[in-house]
Amino acid sequence: MKKVLLLILVLTLAMSTLLVGCGADKETADGQGAKIGMVTDVGGINDNSFNQSAWEGLQRLEKDLGDKVNIDNAESTKATDYIPNLNQFISANWDLTWGIGFLMGEDVKKVADQNPDAKLAIIDSFVDAPNVASVTFKEHEGSFLVGVVAGLMTKSNKIGFVGGMDIPVIKRFEAGFKAGVKAVKPDAEIAINYTGAFDKSDLGKAAASTMYDQGVDIIFHASGSTGDGVFNEASDRKSAGNNVWVIGVDKDQAIIFGDEITLTSMMKRVDEAIYQVSKDLVEGNFKAGLVELGLKENGVGLPENNPNIPADVLKKVEEYKEKIVSGEIEVPAE
Amino acid sequence: MDFIFSILSDLMHNTIVFSTALIFASLGGLFSERSGVVNIALEGLMVVGAFTSAVVTYFVDTSFGGGALSPWIGFFAAAIVGVLFSLLHALASVTFKADQVVSGVALNFLAAGATVYLVKIIFHGAGQTKTLQNVFTKLSIPYLSDIPYLGKALFTAYPTSYIAFLLVGVAYYVLFKTPFGLQLRSVGEHPRAADTMGINVYKMRYIGVMLSGALAAMGGATIALTTTSNFSHNTISGQGFIALAALIFGKWHPLGAMGAALFFGVAQALNPLVQLFGLTKYIPVDFIYMLPYILTILVLAGLVGKAIAPKSVGKPYETGSR
Repeated sequence: MKKVLLLILVLTLAMSTLLVGCGADKETADGQGAKIGMVTDVGGINDNSFNQSAWEGLQRLEKDLGDKVNIDNAESTKATDYIPNLNQFISANWDLTWGIGFLMGEDVKKVADQNPDAKLAIIDSFVDAPNVASVTFKEHEGSFLVGVVAGLMTKSNKIGFVGGMDIPVIKRFEAGFKAGVKAVKPDAEIAINYTGAFDKSDLGKAAASTMYDQGVDIIFHASGSTGDGVFNEASDRKSAGNNVWVIGVDKDQAIIFGDEITLTSMMKRVDEAIYQVSKDLVEGNFKAGLVELGLKENGVGLPENNPNIPADVLKKVEEYKEKIVSGEIEVPAE
Repeated sequence: MDFIFSILSDLMHNTIVFSTALIFASLGGLFSERSGVVNIALEGLMVVGAFTSAVVTYFVDTSFGGGALSPWIGFFAAAIVGVLFSLLHALASVTFKADQVVSGVALNFLAAGATVYLVKIIFHGAGQTKTLQNVFTKLSIPYLSDIPYLGKALFTAYPTSYIAFLLVGVAYYVLFKTPFGLQLRSVGEHPRAADTMGINVYKMRYIGVMLSGALAAMGGATIALTTTSNFSHNTISGQGFIALAALIFGKWHPLGAMGAALFFGVAQALNPLVQLFGLTKYIPVDFIYMLPYILTILVLAGLVGKAIAPKSVGKPYETGSR
């Protein structure tokens, strides 16, 4: 008897995990408005940066267009989720499926080739297929500007950069940032740390802690939710009376982490890009191919309000911005 | 010299931050295994602890204005929920005499699935909780923290770190200096003999498992409330298993487990230091990411010496059996 009870207990426990694993299938499209889906990378939808910005873009579109559009998202918890998540939307005939992030490039290509009638779009990677719209950003241009801010505002002459993975997108952040710092403070030291993950805030915290210990006073992070750990460490130090700063990424991160520790942010208007491409689709103007957004197109840049940056520094930033837009300065991308 | 001391002090400081959760969880494993119940569910218990602490802290803070008190409420709520969750393990493996490893694995899966599922319900479809605004901040102990180098290394830490070190001492005292500890250990070594002496074997094992639930959940809560400031599916990511390794490496002894936890913490704290000094020119960065795991294998494979488990660990006890 006890063995039977035990078996039932174990089976129940096991089944409950299996059932939790099955996400509900996406509803099939049925004429009422365009259906636009989006698949996050492992950062998840509340990552305070990249994926969240993308989702906000879609939410804004839904608000603006009302009934004409339906949106949904699928979160990935590991790299092997990408293809099933993409297919969830494709097989239910959704009108457009977004893959968010460089890491999804190959999988989007695969799915696009297998489903030539479906429309897909991707951020941060160029997928060469007749049914995929690709949007990339000139992160180096925006990073140059926050580099100028860091260079002009550091007191210790030591500046840090925390990267997620060592991939071309993040290398663009690093290269532009370094160039920006050097342009205004050639003798500043720049410490670099790649944590190897976009979703491990403990590694971000360790990296930040080590840098601040070594005298770094401003850290620029380009590491998704790993950066939460950088902010966490900074606010710890701030409350202990040390004057340290973080430069946020993708969104205006001062909104989440507060003006006390957020010096400024390198905004990457993923929301804007998603909004525009999706709107084009709804209006019947979907175009496959690559779009590149830089300072000129307002795809990257500083937030509108920067309460922590003095006016003379902002003026310098504006000067450099004009020079980059006009082509007088070419920012290195690697 | 000054330079080296400052590096060592930073390393020690970071090590303590990363070891704290491992110390909690391996102490948890200690109580359970010393009473004769294998607890592979440490991972799941940590997940449940991290989840509970994050959700409770978030709502105490935002709905009731808990302020600086909210992480404490979240921390203790995690311990309570950890106890309740561990009761499933006790029920399966002590009362129903299930294979303790199987029951532990089942709990790990249940924890991983159920917490993410609940987060999705509570936070409207998102896979992680909102970022917590009020979490633990580091405390400096007056006077002691002014000692050069050592003060920074040892006396500026999160309150949970102090609690963890305190609990190591408490665990040692309870296990080896009190009648209760003797009873708990005897149940793990020779339950038949203990039963003959009038010790309630089932009761002691239930207590062992419940203590382990509370401690492991506190370990999970530590991670959510000091390093990540939120809960998501990868908040714990294997730390429960590392804690289990620390327990074995530490030979089922509180002080040994603490030493082992600190050792694994060093491996993690080394990573950013290695990069800061530009050593990545000589070693590919991927090898540095591997470092903690390589050290774990090396240590467990050869350097430990013989680790002797409690004699009856893993064996269900049947009253009257020989």
